[in-house]
Amino acid sequence: MAHAAPVAAGFQDCRNIWVSTLEQLAEADPRIVAVVNDSVGSSKLNSFQKRFPDRLINVGIAEQAMVGIGAGLANGGQIPFVSAAGCFITGRALEQVKADIAYAGFNVKLVGQSSGVAYGELGATHHSIEDFAWLRPLANLTIITPADAWETAEAVKWAAAHEGPVYLRLSRMPVPDLHIADRQFRPGKAELVRPGGDVTLIACGTTVHLAAGAAGRLADQGISARVLNFSTLNPLDEEALYAAAATGAIVTVEEASIRGGLGGAVAEFTAAHRPVPVERVGFPGFLPTGSVDWLFKEYGLSPEGIAAAALRALDRKA
Amino acid sequence: MHMNDKIPLIREKALWMRRTAFAMVHRAQLGHPGGDFSAIDILATLYFGVMRFDPKRPDWPDRDRFVMSKGHATGALYTALCAAGYFPEDWLATYMQPRSLLNGHPNRNYLPGIETNTGPLGHGFPVATGIAIAGQLAGAGYRTFVLTGDGEQQEGSNWEAAMVAGHRRLSNLTLIIDRNRLQQGAGTEETSGLDPLDKRYDAFGFDVTEVDGHDPAALLAVLGAAPGSKPRCVIANTTKGKGVSFMENVASWHHGVPNDAQFEQAMKELV
Ligand SMILES: Cc1ncc(C[n+]2csc(CCOP(=O)(O)OP(=O)(O)O)c2C)c(N)n1
Ligand SMILES: [Mg+2]
Repeated sequence: MAHAAPVAAGFQDCRNIWVSTLEQLAEADPRIVAVVNDSVGSSKLNSFQKRFPDRLINVGIAEQAMVGIGAGLANGGQIPFVSAAGCFITGRALEQVKADIAYAGFNVKLVGQSSGVAYGELGATHHSIEDFAWLRPLANLTIITPADAWETAEAVKWAAAHEGPVYLRLSRMPVPDLHIADRQFRPGKAELVRPGGDVTLIACGTTVHLAAGAAGRLADQGISARVLNFSTLNPLDEEALYAAAATGAIVTVEEASIRGGLGGAVAEFTAAHRPVPVERVGFPGFLPTGSVDWLFKEYGLSPEGIAAAALRALDRKA
Repeated sequence: MHMNDKIPLIREKALWMRRTAFAMVHRAQLGHPGGDFSAIDILATLYFGVMRFDPKRPDWPDRDRFVMSKGHATGALYTALCAAGYFPEDWLATYMQPRSLLNGHPNRNYLPGIETNTGPLGHGFPVATGIAIAGQLAGAGYRTFVLTGDGEQQEGSNWEAAMVAGHRRLSNLTLIIDRNRLQQGAGTEETSGLDPLDKRYDAFGFDVTEVDGHDPAALLAVLGAAPGSKPRCVIANTTKGKGVSFMENVASWHHGVPNDAQFEQAMKELV
């Protein structure tokens, strides 16, 4: 579909590790099955399908049924990973996600592929930038947006072992490894990418490395920016947010709408508990035609754009 | 003019659409050429043989409506609209470029002649059903045509719309199914089978006709015929990638894009 962007050295398409991890898990646990909507290729599940032909359930182009079928499979004792483009598994099947998965509390792993604006030129129907806002009120649905290959593998393993509904928001945008020493995957906890005390940059998914780049630029100007990888959006890491508020200024960064997602959650929490300037970097609404790279630059999802947002937040700092 | 007198024009437009759509996809290195090519003869027949419209007045209330439910096939739709006079040819070169009006999926706020935004499959048929009900309520004479993919028929929303259209005997509505027997990753029948599609639509209250979807005369005969007493379903048997030897019936050309050599080869074949 959209361009396979040339992969820069050290950058990886995390779909590869998503599927190799799932295959390892499936080898060990026969209850793990994959459910797709004509999305075998776009979910990179071709090798899974070859290895476990009976455990790849392609329902055709029918997302509402797909999510409902996931709930039914969980009822029957399977551990379904339901995998489809983020825009369709959330938007098209939203009521199934709400009623059949979250409200009913089934042990289903929803996997939103090519989330954010990965489909670039295919336009707003194919962008999945509203998913955070749609899903965040489903309080018992764990929402995880891994930032790199290591975290993708950890999140898939954790989701398989965890009893309960999960939304994994994956991407095919190549990202570099975050290179954090002695990492431990702690769902529900923000991960410290870089310490700092003047401002906190809170990012998730494909934008964490960009926020780290922004912190480098800010350091050149004598500004010490903390960078958090906020990979779990539900439940919210309140402790990390109190600490972020204590730096006196916050920037949120997400490959999503600035309404109701990570920025919305942080603004909501800080306004209620510890008011502090919050600048939200993300997308304002339906986007014009354009490639992923163009959209990222145009809307300030870049080290420069994030650093500029940090300066705006610092300007507003009491 | 006898209906069949239109056939040379339809063929000429269809050829231009194939060549032009493939050039757009080649330049952008993006698009859905397989589904463009299976649909192009259908669109050429509608725009140059069947529908009443005026590109100078895209909001003319009595225009016949065409809804492109398989919205990924913008190579087919944009070349049809351009050939029909809705916008100048030089716009086609902007396909998929930043801020282009020719987005990867059609947007009615960007271009004249687009009745509704599509891209997520299973949306066009319900919207077309609403347009047909509006025509019935207004006592208007326009007809509504909607084209879906065949894989797209797996979406339940189509069958909800079919129930409404059949129930209300929307004789002003024609559903065309691009029956190329392939969806994105595989064949329709090996994924979630649709056959017997004719019997299914018959049971939902449609007049069903199967035609060769690449034969303008056959398409003209059924699409140009006056409405009957029921909604019409035209199962257009087509070939995905039609017209280019190495693309025909090859699933990966769903969203495959040509390199320079493949493009040159296709231009030699499309004559
Ligand atoms: C709701 C939804 N699910 C999935 C997709 C992704 N998708 C785009 S085209 C396509 C295959 C369509 O097959 P078909 O309807 O047969 O179209 P054609 O063969 O004419 O290209 C799929 C799965 C989509 N656009 N919308
Ligand atoms: Mg098809």
